[in-house]
Amino acid sequence: MKKILGYLNAWVIAPGEVLKVKVSTYGSERYHADLVRVICGDANPDHGIYREEEIDAPFSGEYTGRLQPIDCGSYAVLPNSPEFTTLDSFTVQAWIWPTTPDKGEQGIITHWQDDPAHGFALLIDDSGALAMKVGDGSGNVSEVSIDKPLATRRWHLVSGLYDAKSGQISVCQEPINVDHENHQAAIATKQINPGKVGTTDSPLMFAAFPMMQANGKPGSQCHFNGKIDRPRLTAGILSAAERSVVAWDALPHERNRHVIGAWDFSHDIGTDVVSDVSPNGLHGYTVNLPSRGCKGYNWSGAEQDWKQAPQEYGAAHFHDDDLYDAGWETDFEYIVPDDLRSGVYAVRLKADDDEWYVTFFVRPPRGTTTSKLAFLASTVTYMAYSNYHWLFHERFSEVTEAMWATLEKTEVFLQEHNELGLSTYDTHSDGSGVRYASRLRPVLNMAAKTPLWSFNADTLIMGWLENQGIEYDVITDEDLHQEGASLLDQYQAVLTGTHPEYYTTPMWDGMRAYLARKGRLIYLGGNGFIWRCALSSEMPGILELRRPEDGIRYRDEEPGESYLEFTGEYGGLWRRLGMPPQALVGVGTVAVGFDASGYYKRKEASFDSRASFIFEGIGDDEVIGDFGIVGGGASGGEIDAVDPMMGTPSHTLVVASSEGHSENTYLAPDECGFNHSAMNGTQNPNVRADMTFFETPGGGGVFSVGSISWSGSLSHNDYDNNVSRITRNVIRRFLDNKPFVMPD
Amino acid sequence: MHKIDPSRMDLVEEFRNNPDGPYSPELTLVVNRLRLMPMADRHILVCTRRGREWVLAKMPSTRGTKLELIEGQVFDEYSRGVWEVFKRRWQTVTGVDLA
Repeated sequence: MKKILGYLNAWVIAPGEVLKVKVSTYGSERYHADLVRVICGDANPDHGIYREEEIDAPFSGEYTGRLQPIDCGSYAVLPNSPEFTTLDSFTVQAWIWPTTPDKGEQGIITHWQDDPAHGFALLIDDSGALAMKVGDGSGNVSEVSIDKPLATRRWHLVSGLYDAKSGQISVCQEPINVDHENHQAAIATKQINPGKVGTTDSPLMFAAFPMMQANGKPGSQCHFNGKIDRPRLTAGILSAAERSVVAWDALPHERNRHVIGAWDFSHDIGTDVVSDVSPNGLHGYTVNLPSRGCKGYNWSGAEQDWKQAPQEYGAAHFHDDDLYDAGWETDFEYIVPDDLRSGVYAVRLKADDDEWYVTFFVRPPRGTTTSKLAFLASTVTYMAYSNYHWLFHERFSEVTEAMWATLEKTEVFLQEHNELGLSTYDTHSDGSGVRYASRLRPVLNMAAKTPLWSFNADTLIMGWLENQGIEYDVITDEDLHQEGASLLDQYQAVLTGTHPEYYTTPMWDGMRAYLARKGRLIYLGGNGFIWRCALSSEMPGILELRRPEDGIRYRDEEPGESYLEFTGEYGGLWRRLGMPPQALVGVGTVAVGFDASGYYKRKEASFDSRASFIFEGIGDDEVIGDFGIVGGGASGGEIDAVDPMMGTPSHTLVVASSEGHSENTYLAPDECGFNHSAMNGTQNPNVRADMTFFETPGGGGVFSVGSISWSGSLSHNDYDNNVSRITRNVIRRFLDNKPFVMPD
Repeated sequence: MHKIDPSRMDLVEEFRNNPDGPYSPELTLVVNRLRLMPMADRHILVCTRRGREWVLAKMPSTRGTKLELIEGQVFDEYSRGVWEVFKRRWQTVTGVDLA
């Protein structure tokens, strides 16, 4: 179905900067590329609001297509060294926590090259058992296996030994038993012709075997799923007692002078560095971001924070579907011209009967603005949702969303192409939650003509702004993360998208400081400012998220692994961190429901003179937003309400609240400590969105609608409706220089 | 888990007349049961032209493998596609062919 995809080196770019466009075709020999400005990305012909504008660009034209492979799956690489190639007899060992021992061959520690087979590999074989194989470089491969599957999600010390003098190879697995199980230690030995293992040019690798990709670049295969802790390589044959010492000791070379390498994943957490703590310094790096800051074989539970007990967080969790950087070659570049207005753009790619929009955001020239109003594109949230598989991976997806699974062509392609990676809503193939999401790969759900969620729902707001003739700049979460309040301070008012859910600490601090000074925020969404996440200062374009405790989440977090590796911060809900969204924008999430939306009715506070600007042209009893293309109403999807206990400012005006929510709209998990029989929208009074306004001491203010579906009502009746009018009223007042005055 | 009574043609008729819902409490139990089938071999819809065309498909049993698009099962109304999904899943769960 899909013939063409692409991605860029950046999602946000300023005039004068270079965009690198990377394209892969799938069966098409030629493709066409051009530039469009995306004005409204809703391509449903029944809505009739799709708008794009073709822009002249020097790159427009025909190109030769090619398939660009992706080396998916995480692993570690220790560059080749004489210490590896001159091995005689040796012992290789690691603590492992296999999560899918039955999935087929998986490399644990490999120094291997095929055709003819050289080197050695400690692995899990096709029977799920620990095995070791050696290749002599002449085509002879010898393998020994325990022939008994490893226990899933249980720690084992695994060792492989090769005696070059006697020709004996052995493997040994020693489980750490949990209290009520009795997994047995086992050893297997085989006699082969003595002599050195074949010398190979390959690096030493953890969690995979090497493989040459179709484009001639080094890659990987036969990935290990699970954790590896304290991998070691030692010259000579270690006795059981010596193996135990080398495995348990954090600095094993202090106990055994024959240690060649002792790698420690508790060092350099938050980076791709793999440190060898032995005197040889055989350092390496990880590929595709295995998870770090993970509990090791010796985790006691005394500490939950990897920073406080790094010696107990020495594991890296590898997955065969991890992906950071797809690594595609650049097809062409585009230097953004000085006169290209700030906005949402796309490189439009066409191949045969398929097309694809590679989205990017153009901000004003750095240090300048071109409007008093900024639209803050939720790029961190777009990243969290990137290549979302949940709908077709999770059995409970249909009952969660009260719908029948209906896939897009892009989702059909994702189902068939694991190499495109996952979103933070998904689970890995071993069932563990996905913690990282990258923009350095094709993202199939951040484009025009995709369903109305996250990015494409936000274009409903952009399309409305264009229809209303309201000028705006586009800035992004990544800009806010890097520049903080100084970015926002340049604007009289800031407009959010429909669902600004994920905030890093610098983003949160930047927004809070902006509002505390004189900032004005129009929060046109729902379920905003919810999860603390992190961006890496070491590796661009990657988001980390951990989901401890509760919240609307599609997976649980591994106990004891709630601290983010990129920042060392405790992850989770901003609410649980003592900084609820209600204290920032007046409202916070109360309920979720995707089948039908409700509408608002004015409250008494809407007649307060402080709020009169909001309702100019709105009747006293007028129902607000009982129409729209997202669930049929302006209040839906995920909805927010005030809560003084959570910090809603005391002078907040609740000017309207929603009604008419469905029986499939339920309280959010963090709003209900105990499930009961009156949790849905037809029964529970807390299932509502509150429309709020409050002033700030600096003369600014905050207006919130508390609903994801608000934007879906803007275009109703050719943009002439009360949701549109209220939004326009608020923007007009927020762009007026006249300060808001705090009430007495 | 709710056990569907395959003789309840009244609930089938209710669904056929109102596939988009909301459903009666009894039909909701049936719908939820059909929506909780294992993902492998679950019949679903694929949107091939936004707002205009949907194709019946069957999910594969493993990640990374192709969906089966069911030949000849193309719908120009979403509700017709949903009705076909309902019938297929009803047959899978109850063994009764509603065709």
